[in-house]
Amino acid sequence: MTDIIRLTAAETAAKVAAGELTAVEVAEAHLARIDAVDEKVNAYLHVDREGALAKAREVDAKRAAGERLGPLAGVPLALKDIFTTEGVPTTVGSKILEGWLPPYDATVTRKLKEADVVILGKTNMDEFAMGSSTENSAFGPTGNPWDLTRIPGGSGGGSAAALASYQAPLAIGTDTGGSIRQPAAVTGTVGVKPTYGGVSRYGMVAFSSSLDQGGPCARTVLDAALLHEAIAGHDPMDSTSVDVPVPPVVEAARNGNVKGLRIGVIREFGGEGYQAGVVQRFQESVELLRELGAEIVELSCPSFTYALAAYYLIAPSECSSNLARFDAMRYGLRVGDDGTRSAEEVTALTREAGFGDEVKRRIILGTYALSSGYYDAYYGSAQKVRTLITRDFERAFAQVDVIVSPTTPTTAFPIGERADDPLAMYLADLCTIPVNLAGNAAMSLPCGLAPEDGLPVGLQIIAPALQDDRLYRVGAAVEAAFVTKWGHPLLEEAPQL
Amino acid sequence: MPGITREEVAHLGRLARLELSAEVLDHFAGQLDDIIGAVARVSEVAGEDVPPTSHPLPLTNVMRPDTVRPSLTAEQALSGAPAQEQQRFKVPQILGEES
Repeated sequence: MTDIIRLTAAETAAKVAAGELTAVEVAEAHLARIDAVDEKVNAYLHVDREGALAKAREVDAKRAAGERLGPLAGVPLALKDIFTTEGVPTTVGSKILEGWLPPYDATVTRKLKEADVVILGKTNMDEFAMGSSTENSAFGPTGNPWDLTRIPGGSGGGSAAALASYQAPLAIGTDTGGSIRQPAAVTGTVGVKPTYGGVSRYGMVAFSSSLDQGGPCARTVLDAALLHEAIAGHDPMDSTSVDVPVPPVVEAARNGNVKGLRIGVIREFGGEGYQAGVVQRFQESVELLRELGAEIVELSCPSFTYALAAYYLIAPSECSSNLARFDAMRYGLRVGDDGTRSAEEVTALTREAGFGDEVKRRIILGTYALSSGYYDAYYGSAQKVRTLITRDFERAFAQVDVIVSPTTPTTAFPIGERADDPLAMYLADLCTIPVNLAGNAAMSLPCGLAPEDGLPVGLQIIAPALQDDRLYRVGAAVEAAFVTKWGHPLLEEAPQL
Repeated sequence: MPGITREEVAHLGRLARLELSAEVLDHFAGQLDDIIGAVARVSEVAGEDVPPTSHPLPLTNVMRPDTVRPSLTAEQALSGAPAQEQQRFKVPQILGEES
């Protein structure tokens, strides 16, 4: 008998289209898996059992009526709880939105529904996507399916953990500084941050608007491409959505090849703070690319050493402005409205009660960086660093087609280890942040287990803006070579839950 | 560049409409001082000749046709309101007694 939950999205869709499986069977198998393991993993904040089964029945009815099904019809998906879902709770991992039922769907949600994807539920995340471990969720941490005492990455730890524990074959994440790629790396899954503007931000709760980007999460490169194609494209509802054709990502994923490509290795992505096993697996990946016919070019991007500092000024600045909308007046939590307090006092008390520590720290930091007298030295300088980083990327991409690096400096760390040490936590995004600052596209995919701890290591591939298809062409080639070498996909080595 | 004091954190909290307890202030002041110390290095390379980048896309004034289209009903818009009255958001007093 086929183990439904272990199928890829592409296989699932093919079986549903061929009538070998019904969408209802597929949804029920995943709901049963959630019932069996999610108490341990805590990947989901909300499971929409009825909505999922209703959609699955709709897909089966369409097929029975002889309608042509889309490439992901009947495939279950775990949606990060940052996308609004009409009538279905959307908390962003925060007490301030607990119990809120959005009156509209995000564009990504709408596109998933139109593609007949079966949304199983909403996944756990660091509050307002601020964090690298999912420990900042107001609703408790998520465990890494490889070792439940360790973090699944963040902010999209719930989405990555759902994939790695076979609670969904597809998931959606958002990536402001690495929140799709870093969780993918530490859970042995695939995650893609599309080019900035490639996927609509309408209905995606804003953290840092010039950096936030939604994207696909999956267990294979092809599945990520199929999902990428389903959610990408111009949206008049998002003024920062790019009005260009979606790059041919699915075609690229079906034609993995690196022969003749020039692939850059950046000197600054390495050195102090990088775990030995991560460096080893990365170097083996570079060797593999060379064996597959790529030319490896060593490059220097000196400004990258300032990326983390620039990010922790720009992102908090934008967050302090964006989160001003949580004022306790129109939706969400309201605390202290006893008839004697002013609106301003109620706002301040609500925000104290509704926001967690990391959100408060970033609001204060952003307010500081934007305040008069400090603006030029902090926010202004950070914006200049952003220019320098963009220039470094432009120089690099004049010489190479893609860049590769480790996705994260270390494997998954134990839950609690960095929870109250913000600076240590921020280091988890050392290699992913430059990409967001420049608006490029990047992928993380598994490249082995670190010998010292047996935990997954991610390989990051970076492409120039609007060239997202290069990620999939290279990613598919690397994935195929690794699966051949290992004899099976990496996730098969994960412990049974 | 200067660090940040507990009093400054309290002031920033007021600017950000964020009540901070004495305990949180004690906890945050040191952490924020460390973070600010670490991020201040951006000024080392931010020369006068470097233009700032505020956004990855060179966009200004994205326009769309000014056409009427469906939007939320009043009932939908008010569906998440903490308090409402006469199809409006009901809010605490916005003018203090002293004004």
